[in-house]
Amino acid sequence: MISITNITKKFDEFTAVDNLSMDVKSGEVLGFLGPNGAGKSTTMKMITGFIKPTEGIIKVNGMDVEKNPIECKKLIGYLPEGAPLYGDMTPLNMLRFVAKTRGMTQVQFKTALDKVVVQSEITDVINQPIDTLSKGYKRRVGLAQALIHDPEILILDEPTDGLDPNQKHHVRNLINEMGKKKAIIISTHILEEVDAVCSRACIIARGKKLIDKTPKDLKKIFKNKSLDNVFREITLNK
Amino acid sequence: MNVLSNIVKRELASYFSTPLAYVFIVIFLTLIGSFTFYLGNFFVRGQADLNAFFAFHPWVYILLIPAVTMRLWAEERKTGTIELLMTLPLTTTQAVLGKFFAAWIFIFIALILTFPIWITVNYLGQPDNGVILAGYVGSLFMSGAYLSIGSCISAITKNQVIAFVIAATVCFIFTMSGLDIVLNFFKVWSPEFLVSTISSMSFLTHFESITKGVIEIRDFLFYLSVIVFWLFLNIVVVEFKKFN
Repeated sequence: MISITNITKKFDEFTAVDNLSMDVKSGEVLGFLGPNGAGKSTTMKMITGFIKPTEGIIKVNGMDVEKNPIECKKLIGYLPEGAPLYGDMTPLNMLRFVAKTRGMTQVQFKTALDKVVVQSEITDVINQPIDTLSKGYKRRVGLAQALIHDPEILILDEPTDGLDPNQKHHVRNLINEMGKKKAIIISTHILEEVDAVCSRACIIARGKKLIDKTPKDLKKIFKNKSLDNVFREITLNK
Repeated sequence: MNVLSNIVKRELASYFSTPLAYVFIVIFLTLIGSFTFYLGNFFVRGQADLNAFFAFHPWVYILLIPAVTMRLWAEERKTGTIELLMTLPLTTTQAVLGKFFAAWIFIFIALILTFPIWITVNYLGQPDNGVILAGYVGSLFMSGAYLSIGSCISAITKNQVIAFVIAATVCFIFTMSGLDIVLNFFKVWSPEFLVSTISSMSFLTHFESITKGVIEIRDFLFYLSVIVFWLFLNIVVVEFKKFN
């Protein structure tokens, strides 16, 4: 579903992403790991077409993101870093805006709404201004917004950040469930999350891909060291 | 078309979901009203027209329109919602136009709310309502030109105060370009054609001829081309930021 070939992103002199390549198929959940500033969010912004790579090609369902931005964006549900939302709107109006902009009819929206409101557990706050919601609720409204059109591809930038343990558990189950039919990329620096939801882990640091394996293989290679130690070893370049 | 109207609706609703819309409308009406009666000597003139009213529109616009447009893009950048908006399946043109039309409709509403002055002048005398209508349409076109400048400048920065100050300055220069304050600066050294080009860019000159009842298509075309130019620049700025 997603194929990234040799992408590089430079901001002036600083190289945020350095010659990165990877593929994500339908039915896969790719965990995107790395320390802060490793280039995870920048890569996600490029896949979703928000920024353009300096070099390289990104294809979504065989289409070039730069050449067919609209068609590609239709296939993707995206939760940006920090879950930005229009604070003056209520979740209901916000979801309606996103659904309508995505070309859904009123009937389609109603059906989808009933589903995502339950999935992301925001029924209680559906009519409260987003500005007044807690961090956890905001994150889940962001998630609902990404799911509303039932996309084939989900790009979630730190989807469990700011959630309490119960909510984290719930969101992970949700990702597991959806991961059977969709291509999903989640970024995280919570390592237990990789074990919990990912079928593959891709560790990057300083814009470069260091490792791309299933969590099981990772454990084999590093002889059952904890994932924490593996992460530290790889990203600190030891 | 559906996408466009959807953005317009959202933007317009967001004006009215904050105090901004109400503060703007109240101050707009107060300023325009007091200028008309005190500075414009509406009663003393003893003429059944709205020249004293329209004469102050450019000045009120310079001050207030940047306040309407400063949030259009700067706020989206600051809060990060621009990432949400621009990763929806829409073109940059649709986003720019949607925001612009929402702001324009908002000004249109504010202009309609000045209707008591129109009733007043009709009660006191027999004005030429055709000229008054032309004045209103001219004012709406002129406000569109100011809005397009403000919207474009709002896309450059994530700081709303900077967006306001720069937009107000650019609006001021465009308004004054027919007057000596700007022209004298160029007259000394530049050829005649440049001076006349600059002076023909003046918002004020074009607006004055409309409100005097000299209704020529080219004055409206002037504002329309200013709008198209700045909105085009707006699209370029938003697109350019993708690379940086």
